[in-house]
Amino acid sequence: MTAKPVRLDMDRIIDDRRTRIIVCCGSGGVGKTTAAAAIGLRAAERGRQACVLTVDPARRLAQSMGLTSLDNTPRRVDGVQAVNGGSLHAMMLDMKRTFDEIVEAHADPDRAAQILANPFYQSLSSSFAGTQEYMAMEKLGQLRHAEEWDLIVVDTPPSRSALDFLDAPQRLGRFLDGRLIRLLAVPAKTGMSAMRVLNAGFAIMTGALTKILGTQVLKDAQTFVTALDTMFGGFRERAETTYRLLQTPGTAFLVIAAPEPDALREASYFVERLDAERMPLAGLILNRVHTSPAGRLSAARSLAAAETLEMQDRPDAPATEGQRYSIAAAALRIHAERMQLNKRERRLAEHFTSAHPTIPVAEVDAQPEDVHDLAGLRVIGSILSKQGA
Amino acid sequence: MTTRDTDWDGVRLHVVTGKGGTGKTTVAAALALALATAGRKVLLIEVEGRQGIARLFDCPPLPYQERKVAIGLGAEGAGQGGDVYALAVDPEGALLDYLEMFYNLRRTGKALTRLGVVDFATTIAPGLSDVLVTGKATEATRRREGSRGSAHVYNAVVMDAPPTGRISRFLDVSTEVSGLAKVGPIRTHADTVARVIRSPQTAVHFVTTLEEMPVQETLDGLAELRELTGDAIRAGGIIINMARPALLDPASLAAAASGSLDVTELAVGLKAAGISDNHGLAADLMTELRDHALQVALQDREREELLTAGQPHYELPMIPDGIDLAGLYQLAATLRKQGAA
Repeated sequence: MTAKPVRLDMDRIIDDRRTRIIVCCGSGGVGKTTAAAAIGLRAAERGRQACVLTVDPARRLAQSMGLTSLDNTPRRVDGVQAVNGGSLHAMMLDMKRTFDEIVEAHADPDRAAQILANPFYQSLSSSFAGTQEYMAMEKLGQLRHAEEWDLIVVDTPPSRSALDFLDAPQRLGRFLDGRLIRLLAVPAKTGMSAMRVLNAGFAIMTGALTKILGTQVLKDAQTFVTALDTMFGGFRERAETTYRLLQTPGTAFLVIAAPEPDALREASYFVERLDAERMPLAGLILNRVHTSPAGRLSAARSLAAAETLEMQDRPDAPATEGQRYSIAAAALRIHAERMQLNKRERRLAEHFTSAHPTIPVAEVDAQPEDVHDLAGLRVIGSILSKQGA
Repeated sequence: MTTRDTDWDGVRLHVVTGKGGTGKTTVAAALALALATAGRKVLLIEVEGRQGIARLFDCPPLPYQERKVAIGLGAEGAGQGGDVYALAVDPEGALLDYLEMFYNLRRTGKALTRLGVVDFATTIAPGLSDVLVTGKATEATRRREGSRGSAHVYNAVVMDAPPTGRISRFLDVSTEVSGLAKVGPIRTHADTVARVIRSPQTAVHFVTTLEEMPVQETLDGLAELRELTGDAIRAGGIIINMARPALLDPASLAAAASGSLDVTELAVGLKAAGISDNHGLAADLMTELRDHALQVALQDREREELLTAGQPHYELPMIPDGIDLAGLYQLAATLRKQGAA
């Protein structure tokens, strides 16, 4: 009765030269960064000139890829067994720096300095929840435009929800183009006389804003908005250009999830959203799945056997026998626990596949240890591609 | 026995943070259950709009309103505990609340929402929305039944806070806001909030699993908290979640990890339990035993690393069937037994 999912063929995606961007998305803590790095490495070792754009890698994984500092430029990764001209570059996103660079590129030096010094800019560029997503998009656009790589693998920022990556740039764009921003920019641009024609709500609003924020804050906000106004007229347009880039067939979205209810719920939302936005979804990577090489022995039987052994564990038994039994009992308990976990994960995965039967799925076994070197990434890469075979 | 000694006596606001995927919400909920002994009232606050608490307690989505979601964990063998209330705080609701409470401006607040002011305020200055959200938590912590000096409404407040990477900024409200507002009402409000957060009444607990990245983030988070706030915000306990207990003695584990256990010996053991070694079953089980041993070794390394932080720590087991209400009470009991509540 169980829906058998289509298998995701990672190598076919990697080997298809028309694939130019792979976006790895999913909720936090599901192994997006590792998946992105593994895919980048495999692509490089299959002849692609790949660049991995990562946001927040584990320290040792970053070190293994030669990413010791956040310098916002792709660095060549050593130790790649590249063939056919393949290569791997990797970079960590520095969102504030990316934002600063946009400002510097689009405003004259005086105005740029003014913007960079504004407290609102500093707050927005270093902590706005959507800035990281926007800057990841911006950087992706830049890397793609540079034409130095034929495949860019993006690891999306860690956020509460996988959807933030799609929404945040537009939210930021909408915000900067928003009605309120316009209202705030008015007094500085055209003087107070223009305000009279605005709706009556405005007076109440500024009154209340002053009450909540104080005059100084309001003034700073107005200065900031005015300074940005000229250069960011096209802010939303930029966000939309990158957004459209993601809708082209050269892009492959991979949704990453762990077999946990929250992660799979997010994955479901994301899949539906991608579909609604006509974004090309390549498949789901289900990470950290617990399988057993001894699946023929059920959890119930294994547990019963362990109990049998533990009851035979008499104090007067020879020491070697006791030792032998305790190891066997432990092995059986470990197996029972794994089968139990496996059963639960299967059920969760089936929830997903019955709701989305056409989406290709690749499963990656839980690794007994963390992945923190190229060899570990290679193992993940080969597990991902075995699925297509 | 009138009072129990816990590690956090005197703490009334428990802030629970952790990396995504470590079970921060689950642990916060278990802590709330554990704190709610008979006759006590505990408030569990959610700030990220995920409705994770409602899912855990199997109730409809929480509104911006305090409502009872569970009965606390009773003392061992002595009936039921106190009351656990829950509240989902969002910046918009918190702003309306703030306007009403301090300026009696609820209607204006609604007009502001329509104009997109709330969106504006929380977008352009995340510090502002943090102040509003933490402000609600501190208000609930300070709230009293009646006049000054009367009993607190809640004996404890547990906040399911933003993840480790963002927690210091989130809590360091007065610094966040002072960059934006040197004076003014929001500044005054931020200072009041900061006084509660920086008092010994507040502790920040870190939830982690025994894996490399969550452990690293926990240590980084603790260091950042110290660095940003100069020890003004009290670091609480490290709560290790989803730990897999070792099922074998250390010597056998070491042997299993290095692959030096004898498969035929295992097969003999299996046979004694009535399971025959066909199709290499013993070898397959040996592989699983080895994985287990490697995982235990990794856990031990990560645990040791965590302990370098010098904070009290608690350890919660992995529940293979997933977390349901019974599982939550089980975790609450474990937390209480270990002295966390």
